[in-house]
This record gives sequence, structure tokens and C-alpha cells, in this order.
Amino acid sequence: MTESTDWPLWEVFVRSRRGLSHTHAGSLHAPDAEMALRNARDLYTRRNEGVSLWVVPSAAITASSPDEKDSFFEPAGDKPYRHPTFYEIPEGVKHL
Amino acid sequence: METVTAQDRTTAFDAAVAADERIEPRDWMPDAYRATLVRQIAQHAHSEIIGMQPEANWITRAPSLRRKAILIAKVQDEAGHGLYLYSAAETLGTGRDELLDKLHSGRQKYSSIFNYPTLTWADVGAIGWLVDGAAITNQVPLCRCSYGPYARAMVRICKEESFHQRQGYESLLALSRGTPEQHEMAQDAVNRWWWPSLMMFGPPDDESAHSAQSMAWKIKRHSNDELRQRFVDICVPQAETLGLTLPDPELKWNEDRGHHDFGPIDWTEFREVLKGNGPCNEQRITQRKRAHDEGAWVREAAAAYAAKHDTARHTAQAGAAPAAATAPLHGEATA
Repeated sequence: MTESTDWPLWEVFVRSRRGLSHTHAGSLHAPDAEMALRNARDLYTRRNEGVSLWVVPSAAITASSPDEKDSFFEPAGDKPYRHPTFYEIPEGVKHL
Repeated sequence: METVTAQDRTTAFDAAVAADERIEPRDWMPDAYRATLVRQIAQHAHSEIIGMQPEANWITRAPSLRRKAILIAKVQDEAGHGLYLYSAAETLGTGRDELLDKLHSGRQKYSSIFNYPTLTWADVGAIGWLVDGAAITNQVPLCRCSYGPYARAMVRICKEESFHQRQGYESLLALSRGTPEQHEMAQDAVNRWWWPSLMMFGPPDDESAHSAQSMAWKIKRHSNDELRQRFVDICVPQAETLGLTLPDPELKWNEDRGHHDFGPIDWTEFREVLKGNGPCNEQRITQRKRAHDEGAWVREAAAAYAAKHDTARHTAQAGAAPAAATAPLHGEATA
């Protein structure tokens, strides 16, 4: 019997309501994009969890490497002055 | 990038687990941690899809359209839960076909509870109340499991299981408050499902093969006996409201312990069912394989359709690349 081992993997993103971003919900296998969308609807929105779906071939995503997570994100580590809480403002100053 | 030594990786893994952080698919992890997760998640996924069978047995005979729609939705949920879990297992580098193959050949197991038959309509209610209730007691702590994809799958599953348990309870309550025959049928179902449900928590702590290591890895958060006790304490007052009795003459409140005492569990029966000698072991696997084989043409047709469209699209684009690349095995490859 032929086995359908080659169905690509898709990552599913769901917009839960208008005004919010799509967020990653999970993954599934499907032979093509259209079936991936239908499967995603049946799998991830059985209880009105979404008003919009994206499916993306997992292979199309480029990711940062977990092994270099410290060095990769290090540039932001020593720049606390990017946060508003870095600055000392006298008591009583309003709207700042 | 500096060279990361094996020692560094082990230290980073241990530190992440100790700090209650989640391990994600592309993080380094000990081989035994990965193997334990694959075994547990696969067994869990298999249980979800095998669990569709005993209840599907009653879809065509549900007593009303309302109950029928509910039961279809529940059985569909179980399929969905299986898929969430197979996806989680795949992030560990084990393909879906390999997992199904191991289920079909008996090399991976599913929960023994599904090797018991659903003899009457009341069994559907008893499964919802007791079997799904036990599953929830087991699964809520898994939402905090150290492996990210498994924990996330469990969050979705637990939300949906709540419906399963409540519909079962409501259905049993209707029977219990119905005619004497209906009440008797509900009581009979509870009599048959109570002990197997207690077995769902696994062997006693001192005999549980994998418990200690799983607790250390924070895959597991509570011991089998602890969860079993929690479940018994939850069920006793629920049974009272149902107007049904739990089939254990030794069941009684223990003031000193602050828990209910309960009678001994027949672990011989548990081991026999686990070995394959339960009432429905053979039927469940036979039916699973048949469904898989008879669905082959659907999978082939979908693949052929996709290939045809892919070819057509590429022919339309002059100089386009050949057929789409096959995605790598790992789900959440980028998560």
C-alpha cells in the first residue's frame, strides 16, 4: 500500500478576533495549501476560536538558532536606556 | 560562536528545568528525556484516537438528536486531541507514520481503559464522567509539563475535555432520575467503569517504572497515587448528587487523613488488559488498522490532486522550480 509519508507540514496561525494579530496555534499535515486551510479550520477552530487563518509551509520559515540565543539577542541586553523606567523624573511631574 | 560542550548543554538543560522554564523543540535535550516524551506523548495520542471507538459505537443509537450531535462533537474532539498530540510528538523527530505503525503492530500502547466494551447507552455517560474525569485529573498538571509543545497541546485538550465530562455527567443524571430501568442502567455502567477508571492513574507509586525520573524532569508533577486519591475525593460527592453508588464497600471518609479511604485495586486485571487480554484489545486494533487501510485511497487521491495542481502551477510559471520541496519532519521547526 502506498503511504502518504510526504505530505508537507504546515504551521497554523489563527486571528482570534478582528483587531488582533494572528498567533501560532500548532501544526498539521496536508497535501496542499487548500487542504491545509480546511484541516486547520477543523482542527483549530471547532469552537469559534478564529475569524482568519494562515497556513505556512514549515519549510518556508527561517528561524534563529537556539544554540546562539544569548549572543544573537545580546545587543539589546546592555541598553536599559531604551526603556522609559530608565529615567528619573522628579516627584509630582505629571503626564510624563 | 563559541563551541558548546556536552557539559554546557547538560547544565543549560538542567538549569532550564530547575527554573521551570520550558524546553522547546530545537533545544538540546538528553536522549532519555526525548525517548520518554515520545513514549508518553505517543501513548497519549494513540489513546485519543482509539478512544473514539467505544463511544462511536453509540452514535447511530443515541437516544435523541441532541445527544447524537453532542456525541459526534465529542468523538471529533478526540480525533483533534490525537492530532495535537501527534504534532507534539513529531517535534521530537518521530514521524507520524512511524507512530501509527508502532500502534498497529503493538509496539506502542494506548490506555487500557479503551479495551473495555460500551454495552449500553449509559456507558457513554459513564465514560464522560469517570474516564474523562480521570483523564482531566491526570492532564491538568501536564499543562505545566517541562516540554513546551506537549504542555501547549494539553492546554487545548483540557479546555475541551471539560465539555466531555459535563455532557457525560448530565447524561448520567438524566438516566439516574429517569425510569427505574434507566436508573439501573446508569448504576450498572458506573459499577463497570469505576475500577478501570481508578486504574487509569497507573500502578501504585512503589511499582511505577517511570515515575521518579519523569518527576525529576518535570514531565510529571504528581504521583499516580496522589492523583488517584484526588480523583476519588472529587467523585464521591458527585456520585451522591447523581443518586448513584460507587461499587466499593470500603469507600469511606477518613477524618484523620482528610481523604476518602478506598478498597484495593485488582492489579492482576490491569496487567492482563495491558498484556492484551482485555475484552476488546483485538477488536480495537483490528478496527484501527481497517480504518487506516480503507482510508488509503483518500490520502492517495489528495496527494495526486495536490501533485497535479503543483505541476499545473509550475508549468504556468516559465522556468519555475520543480515540485515543491518536502518539509522537514519537525513541527514547530521554528518555535
